[in-house]
Amino acid sequence: MTLMQKFLGAVAATALSAGAALAEPALIFDLGGKFDKSFNEAAFNGAERWAKETGGTYLETVMQSEAQREQALRRFAEAGANPIVTTGFAMSDPIAQVAPDYPDTMFVTIDGWVDLPNVKVIGFTEHEGSYLVGMMAAMASKSGTVGFIGGMDVPLIRKFACGYAQGVKAVNADANIIANMTGTTPSAWNDPVKGSELTLSQIGQGADVVYAAAGGTGVGVLQTAADEGILSIGVDSNQNHLHPGKVLTSMLKRVDVAVYNVMMAGTELQPGIEVLDLAAEGVGYALDENNAALVSDEMKAAVDAAREKIIAGELAVHDYTSDDSCPVLTF
Amino acid sequence: MDLLTVLQVLDSTVRLATPLLLACLAGMFSERAGIFDIGLEGKMLAAAFFSAAIAAVTGSVWIGLGAGILASLSLSGLHGLASITFRGNQLISGVAINFLAAGLTVLIAQSWFQQGGRTPALLSGGRFGPITLPGAEALREVPVLGPIYYELISGHSILVYVAFACVPLTWWILYRTRFGLRLRAVGENPEAVDTAGISVIRLRYAAVLICGLLCGIAGAYLATALQAGFVQDMTAGRGYIALAALIFAKWRPLQALYATLLFGFLQAIALRYQNLDLGFFTLPVQAMDALPYILTVVILAGFIGKAVPPRAGGEPYVKER
Repeated sequence: MTLMQKFLGAVAATALSAGAALAEPALIFDLGGKFDKSFNEAAFNGAERWAKETGGTYLETVMQSEAQREQALRRFAEAGANPIVTTGFAMSDPIAQVAPDYPDTMFVTIDGWVDLPNVKVIGFTEHEGSYLVGMMAAMASKSGTVGFIGGMDVPLIRKFACGYAQGVKAVNADANIIANMTGTTPSAWNDPVKGSELTLSQIGQGADVVYAAAGGTGVGVLQTAADEGILSIGVDSNQNHLHPGKVLTSMLKRVDVAVYNVMMAGTELQPGIEVLDLAAEGVGYALDENNAALVSDEMKAAVDAAREKIIAGELAVHDYTSDDSCPVLTF
Repeated sequence: MDLLTVLQVLDSTVRLATPLLLACLAGMFSERAGIFDIGLEGKMLAAAFFSAAIAAVTGSVWIGLGAGILASLSLSGLHGLASITFRGNQLISGVAINFLAAGLTVLIAQSWFQQGGRTPALLSGGRFGPITLPGAEALREVPVLGPIYYELISGHSILVYVAFACVPLTWWILYRTRFGLRLRAVGENPEAVDTAGISVIRLRYAAVLICGLLCGIAGAYLATALQAGFVQDMTAGRGYIALAALIFAKWRPLQALYATLLFGFLQAIALRYQNLDLGFFTLPVQAMDALPYILTVVILAGFIGKAVPPRAGGEPYVKER
């Protein structure tokens, strides 16, 4: 062995041990982008909170295309990151491919579904949160017609739509619900122009409250709703501040809490399935100074009562993904 | 389906067709001069970003429009430099511009505004508002024609009218001016133009810059008229649909208007009726979305007439010694 080889070997060994000792968590954002003011941004906020409180650092990357998923996972796993947190349902298959190759690394999928010993699955009961905002939409609507605009047409988004429709029907059984999806490709998460047109189309059909579960496309929905003087409902993060007084509420999905908890657990993280529901405050609706004037006491009382009932198990909200059908809405 | 619904769909058609029309005319100038331009998408995206960013900073939508056009023009210049001066491959240069614009806009947006590749939401002064044409309110009550005038023709932003005015203008420039004749000639047979003592290089640069100007307006329309700010990748493939429309229109201005209106109409229908029930079967929304491309392939395959591109298109011009 020449001196050079020895030297290189030593460097490599140091690098390896350094990586193992550090075990920084890694966070992979989905296609919507880190700052979608919604789902991914919530994950980012959770990670930032963790970094601020512990002084730790984390690795991160944003997916630009479908093809990068597996590569990104392997990169982080090779770099010794642990745990590797991913956002978005589309990470399920890549994780199922990669995770068996790195048995000592914990993978976390938020919204995905992977059954492996080193994968933690975190899910949310979006249908319950959507049910609550659906109730509010129906109470705020004067025309009796409310809208839903989804991003990419996938079961997860239908779960939002279905929960929302049930909430609307619970308040007003005669209400008309217009549900539209932006598209069937990932670009549907980032097409605000199409979001605007869908909103205008729904307004044309009489909708006076629209609920957007569409990532970056939702920015266009909320904008158009505000321009046209109707109410909108944000999603995932609290989007009330985007158009104060024009956004009825936001369906909160506490991705930030999930990411924060996972990073706090660090290498001690246990695999398994964790469902963050209403009781765990994983989902809910946003109430702050921007929408205080829009949410009446009556509305709040009704929604909080429904929330208590759902937590107590007295009220069951149908989950679209459980049987791929929705009793009150056809797609 | 009542009149109001029809009008709403047509209204949406006009809004959706406008950026396609501008980009399609942009591509027409460039391709008629023999420079293929895959980079319409990238130029629109860059213009969308810079118009929104500058409008957000200055509060003036007109300065924003200027900045957007300038950004698009500089990318056009780059395309010209690569494919005219250095005789590079036009398709590769166009693709490079698309990548450059996609990456650069988000990068600069993040560095300027720290809002993750988007610009702050524009306030009313930073946007092109709808224009109510004279008499629209008064004529509103007139049956049939009133609503058509009020809903469909009036109430768009100025850029929509500019786009539609560009159609006869383009026709006039291409077919009724000396410049237009030379421009078309340079795309068919640059040697002949050169023999006549006219600079091929200068003509092609002029065409590419006109292309940049129109793409700039298209991008600004997306970000400052339809939307109130820039979001990453907000052009969402409209540059490619415009290219398809260009082929569909067989590189002619009036047909470009019809093609983009048709594509806009298909999108509007797809947005209004997610699954179109035709009575005997239901047309899924995906089929509607794919229709522009399918129609273009049908045209290209020669089923309906023949789409012949400008003969010298894609070929860098090398002066004979």
